[in-house]
Amino acid sequence: MERRVVITGLGVVTSLGLSVEEFFSNLLAGKSGVSRITRFDPANLEVQFAGEIKNFPFRERFDIKLEKRTDRFTQYALWASLDAVKDAQLNLDSIDKDRVGVVIGSGMGGIETWEIEHIKYLNGGPKKVSPLLVPMMIPDMASGQVSIYFGFRGPNFCVTSACASGAHAIGEAYRLIKAGDADIIITGGSEAPITGYCISSFANMGALSKRNEEPEKASRPFDRDRNGFVLGEGCGVVVLEELSHALKRNAKIYCEICGYGTSADAYHITAPDENGEGAYMAMANALKEAKLSPTDIDYINAHGTSTKLNDKVEVMAIKRLFKEHAYKLLINSTKSMIGHLLGGAGAVEFVVTCLSVYYNKIHPTINLDNPDEGMDLDFVRFKMKEKEIFAALSNSFGFGGHNACLAVKKYLK
Amino acid sequence: MANLFEEVKNIIVEKLHVPPEKITEEAHFINDLGADSLDITTLLMEVNDKYGIDIPEEEAQKLDTVGKLVNYLKEKLNRE
Repeated sequence: MERRVVITGLGVVTSLGLSVEEFFSNLLAGKSGVSRITRFDPANLEVQFAGEIKNFPFRERFDIKLEKRTDRFTQYALWASLDAVKDAQLNLDSIDKDRVGVVIGSGMGGIETWEIEHIKYLNGGPKKVSPLLVPMMIPDMASGQVSIYFGFRGPNFCVTSACASGAHAIGEAYRLIKAGDADIIITGGSEAPITGYCISSFANMGALSKRNEEPEKASRPFDRDRNGFVLGEGCGVVVLEELSHALKRNAKIYCEICGYGTSADAYHITAPDENGEGAYMAMANALKEAKLSPTDIDYINAHGTSTKLNDKVEVMAIKRLFKEHAYKLLINSTKSMIGHLLGGAGAVEFVVTCLSVYYNKIHPTINLDNPDEGMDLDFVRFKMKEKEIFAALSNSFGFGGHNACLAVKKYLK
Repeated sequence: MANLFEEVKNIIVEKLHVPPEKITEEAHFINDLGADSLDITTLLMEVNDKYGIDIPEEEAQKLDTVGKLVNYLKEKLNRE
């Protein structure tokens, strides 16, 4: 019999909340987590705002030694994982930890640590570089530290595919459980890219909105006046669990993950294929594994970055795959409120997708004042909607042309 | 000027994140203060920095207690 996989725990760290409850209620209320950067003085940068997490209280839960030995992206992952494990009510004394894995993706890893140590190297020479640079910076360290913290000895690695890292990580974790390699995997994606260095590269490639005067209005997916994405940071973590394992311990089940589709654009390092072939294939492949037809889908959490090209191509791919049913779908962009979390995006958005299926509540896409030409689908403008959701997709597309789509449906016996 | 032991103690508190009362002459960095090799390297980098010295690798390996480190510095810096 095929092993089925369900979601039994959720955790997030975002600019709209450090708990799932706070985050989801802020999303439903249509609040923006985007603001002027305060962690450092952004005055010399072309882009001076982001979906920044203010005053992250890591030390409320973890000790100073762990704080000093971890980059911010790993700290976010530890926090979200702790919440997800608590939410799933895993009994750490009785579960078989050899059967619990950790697969947390990241696009950049510890770029802030990298930047700090590089400055020391340039100014002070080789003797000034911290031995902790490498173990703090490498993008697999979120998975490593979470496994060390909990003692989970199952499959453990990091998936990196830029802005699709979180989605690919969850998809790979799902397949590992399906294949029998683990019974539970703590999986998701984490990113902490808000540094002057990183922002400069994105800004110089023309990918970011430069609406410094109105940061909360800068991320406007599908809108006529969108002019780039907004950088965000944070982490999303889910507990994936094999169904019979979850049933045996009477776990709360948010929904079932039933499909994972991937593809490559094989086109350009930063721009999406203008025909949307890659996005189409990822969605079609997810539906195929899920044994769902397009008309079974009620909701899509779009990649929806707010760049000219992404939104156009994504909508084109959705229309091609779903045909007239595309007009019945509810489609939203979480990035309209928290910006683009790069390697964390697909994971946080998957958390949102699970919550939407569980609660039948779809958060709005904010700032969509004037839908652009051809953007005539139901993007849940301005206000959240309540609707019975049976099945949903979450899309993620990354630089390099990596596409991933995750399919979930209501858990039915 | 504070004595060398007190100075080193402050560096250890800051770098190894251990309470000051645990830091005695006899305290072993790994067994008593919970340090690993990365902590010790970080600590010695700070010591090198503060005193303008460069403790060679083979010497550093022998300095496994607080007392040994302090005595090494006393000799090297010719002070108490």
